[in-house]
Amino acid sequence: MIKIVNLTKSFAGHKVLDGINLEMPTGQITVVIGKSGVGKSVLLKHIIGLLKPDSGQIFVDGQDMSLLKGRQLRQFKRRFGVLFQGGALFDSLNVFENIAFPLREKTRLTEAEIAKRVRERLVQMSLTSEVETKFPDELSGGMKKRVALARAMIQEPEIMFYDEPVTGLDPPMTNTVFHLITKTHQESGYTALMVSHDLPEVFSVAHQVAMLHKGRIIAAGTSEEIQNHPDPMVQSFIRGEVDFLEG
Amino acid sequence: MANLVRQLGQRSLNFVREAGGMIIFLLEGLGLALVPPFRPRRLLQEIYQIGVKSTLIVMLTGAFTGMVMALQGFYTLKQYGSEGALGSAVALSLIREMGPVLTGIMVSARAGSAVTAEIGIMRITEQLDAMDTMAVNPIQYVVMPKLLAGVIAVPFLTAIFDVVGILGGYLVGVILLGVSSGSYFSSMVRSVVPLDVYGGIVKSLVFGLTIILVACYKGYYTQHGAEGVSKATNQTVVLSAVLILAWDYVLTSFFM
Ligand SMILES: Nc1ncnc2c1ncn2[C@@H]1O[C@H](COP(=O)(O)OP(=O)(O)OP(=O)(O)O)[C@@H](O)[C@H]1O
Ligand SMILES: [Mg+2]
Repeated sequence: MIKIVNLTKSFAGHKVLDGINLEMPTGQITVVIGKSGVGKSVLLKHIIGLLKPDSGQIFVDGQDMSLLKGRQLRQFKRRFGVLFQGGALFDSLNVFENIAFPLREKTRLTEAEIAKRVRERLVQMSLTSEVETKFPDELSGGMKKRVALARAMIQEPEIMFYDEPVTGLDPPMTNTVFHLITKTHQESGYTALMVSHDLPEVFSVAHQVAMLHKGRIIAAGTSEEIQNHPDPMVQSFIRGEVDFLEG
Repeated sequence: MANLVRQLGQRSLNFVREAGGMIIFLLEGLGLALVPPFRPRRLLQEIYQIGVKSTLIVMLTGAFTGMVMALQGFYTLKQYGSEGALGSAVALSLIREMGPVLTGIMVSARAGSAVTAEIGIMRITEQLDAMDTMAVNPIQYVVMPKLLAGVIAVPFLTAIFDVVGILGGYLVGVILLGVSSGSYFSSMVRSVVPLDVYGGIVKSLVFGLTIILVACYKGYYTQHGAEGVSKATNQTVVLSAVLILAWDYVLTSFFM
């Protein structure tokens, strides 16, 4: 279980996170929703250790993340897989090399074994073997997302992080990516945190939804609970109303 | 007036902060060269990118620099009837000054700016973050091989610049202007002492490290999207040129 306690973070005097409390149960998909710019990516980056909190704590399976350093932290990160907002594929490496990167850097597997695992992932992501030798700038948005997903999952992480996994994709590709997330989750049962502003699609993949607004979690519950939430702020966000309540 | 003083103070503070940041960045980068994993292939890739790919432009600038120095030197020396010393004049100014400085500036324009753009794009597209979450240290994987490549490649490029420059001087001085071939080379051999060569090597090492350090640092701390990358690239070229000339003065006064 991931537990966030009283997390705060400011950038140059601008308070982005203002006392976040949130629990993400093991084996479930938690989705944090909220408008563009509220700090969803910032929240996610704290949990994966890319940003340091001003105050507050993050516990992963009872372990306080801020106490981990050096080797221990590296060991810990190997349990994570992260799908970044833009895919974050390495421009200088082709698709095969991108997916193989964590294995080549972090394991002693033979090249044959690495190739086998990379190809399995490609098949799982419904990608053909022709893409193997393509470079990221030659891929469509949907392909990039799927290659990035393959790379994030190649080490069979216990915890997956998704930053806007479907933003900018057309409806069929959105469905494909959500289908892949649901499928891989069913197969390996990882814990997942997704941040997204793509409503209402996320309600179908989420076990738990939390809404971030003005630095705080203003609502949390199952998809149904959030969809029927009494808070007008939540309702107007779900309905996609423009500039709801002074923004 | 108070405003001006405040601005000056702010600027100097920023300057000190940035200089400090670069020194820490450098120490971290070089320190990571000593701990595993070692990636010899990454080093070779960067030597190719930074060094091998700069060879042609360095040869070209070297040739023209040697040629123009022979032309200038010839008419100056002729006034004193000592055209025979042309080889010595060309070689000394190339080895001591022109070689290291111009090679440094060419490498910074060609490779330094490319390094900043590459790392800056990796920063804004979260590639560096992605590497970090895979427990691969981005300074060790991306930056360190570039720093080493700069230190290794720039002295070689400087040597190439010097040799091509001396041959360019030969072409103009001996073949076009009629200085005797024997005196061109013998005056060179008589006047160039080991200290000149050491001085040139030290300069090129320092310049190589400075150029790539500035380029990596500016790229690594890029902010604000694509515009930030172009700004950082610009700053790299300007700052490394200024630093090369400043270092050149310091090192020259040290070796004199
Ligand atoms: N490294 C940083 N330095 C300074 N400010 C930052 C930094 N990262 C984020 N911010 C600021 O924090 C706020 C939240 O940004 P964040 O990227 O988390 O938004 P988001 O909710 O993910 O939006 P989107 O849905 O558009 O991705 C923004 O105002 C942003 O400018
Ligand atoms: Mg975001």
